[in-house]
Amino acid sequence: MWKWLHSYAKTERVFTLCNGLWPFFLWPSFVLILIGCIWGLGFAPKDYQQGDAFRIIYIHVPAALLSMGIYTTMAVAALVGLVWQWRTAFMSVIALAPVGAVMTFIALITGAIWGKPMWGKWWVWDARLTTELIMLFLYFGVMALYAAFEDKQLAGKASAVMALVGVVNVPIIHFSVEWWNTLHQGATISKFESPSIAPEMLWPLLVCLLGFSLFAAGIVCLRLKNEIVRREIHRPWVKHVLFEGKN
Amino acid sequence: MNLVNRVYQGVIVREFILAIRQRGEVLQPLLFILMVVTLFPIAISPSPELLSRIGPGVIWIAAILSTLLSLERIFRDDFIDGSLDQMLLCGIPLSLITFGKVFCHWLITFVPLLIMTPIFALLFNVGGHSMLVLLLTLLLGTPVLSMLGAIGVALTLKAKNAVLILSLLLVPVFIPLLIFATAAIENASAQLPYLQQLAIMGSILLFTSAIAPFAIAYALKVSQD
Repeated sequence: MWKWLHSYAKTERVFTLCNGLWPFFLWPSFVLILIGCIWGLGFAPKDYQQGDAFRIIYIHVPAALLSMGIYTTMAVAALVGLVWQWRTAFMSVIALAPVGAVMTFIALITGAIWGKPMWGKWWVWDARLTTELIMLFLYFGVMALYAAFEDKQLAGKASAVMALVGVVNVPIIHFSVEWWNTLHQGATISKFESPSIAPEMLWPLLVCLLGFSLFAAGIVCLRLKNEIVRREIHRPWVKHVLFEGKN
Repeated sequence: MNLVNRVYQGVIVREFILAIRQRGEVLQPLLFILMVVTLFPIAISPSPELLSRIGPGVIWIAAILSTLLSLERIFRDDFIDGSLDQMLLCGIPLSLITFGKVFCHWLITFVPLLIMTPIFALLFNVGGHSMLVLLLTLLLGTPVLSMLGAIGVALTLKAKNAVLILSLLLVPVFIPLLIFATAAIENASAQLPYLQQLAIMGSILLFTSAIAPFAIAYALKVSQD
């Protein structure tokens, strides 16, 4: 099994894998996001307290969950890269970072838009908002570090170390700010026994979540493909793929 | 024993000789803190009540900013003149050397800050008990600033415009420390218990000193490839 896994340290294998996978991620994700949004925005019942304003949850929550999920994935890729010295793992760190940053940004923007009618302010220094903002900075750090080096081999390793330093910090940051100041409502979906959200509201949210995840996975596959081509442009197989139009 | 002796001679004594010969460079962070601290009453308000509320936070922010400026000293010169290559090759575990260097950085940059803190506290009308707690948080927190900062410096040795990237990398990582420190001081000034915050800061310090030397050594090796 390990031997099979190690074959994905080769860039060519990963390129073929991503090339095969991305359509299966991206096209269903469009359909799911469309269904989820129409269902959530048009047909799900109104919230008895927040009225129609709560409907932004169908974009906010998937983006916020993914911003954390992608960071964790990135850290796992960084760890794999540093332990086994896989170049493809470093490449996926940098393929993941901007996608995660965009998700974090969407979560922050939709959070601000949601906060305006609910709390009366666009921005409050609440625990979750602050954590999310710091997470955005951590993503920026990884990306800036990668951009700062000419030598992309070194850049990949350095940003992997930074991603790991960040992941140790995320829980500390989260608990420290939580304890520092809290206004945000508690978690809704993660309470598995009895979700405190009505099922009619929950289903479109889950559809949206799946759609967003597949979308992120598809974009990451495309980015990883690009990254491999950019870094391996001198390899014969890349030239073969690029100039003869053969996938 | 021999190993400890060699690290002591080769790293700690050397750092102190360097610091004495570059006095100006060593004093700059302290002057920088003084400048930042002066700006706040002028920009915000000279009223003593407000100043005593924001004072500890301002001193902490100034300490963090000055860390970002002074951190370059830890590895930059050694990297440029090739001493770092010798340290990598000399056979002593690199984590020990880095620990020694970071410890010296703390002694040289932050111990003067700790000594000056009562004066800064006077400027901000932070008195008695709060000042003592401010000192304690600085004592527990500044070594962490040095150690985490050294990871950042080691990673950005070969980077273009390293100082800017350094602040982007390090400020988010420093935020929890700042939160616990200001919370402890606030509790102290409100006559509430503050030991738990200090305990958390202490545990962060212990955790960082266990992990950071290895992370710094690894980052240095990556940069030197």
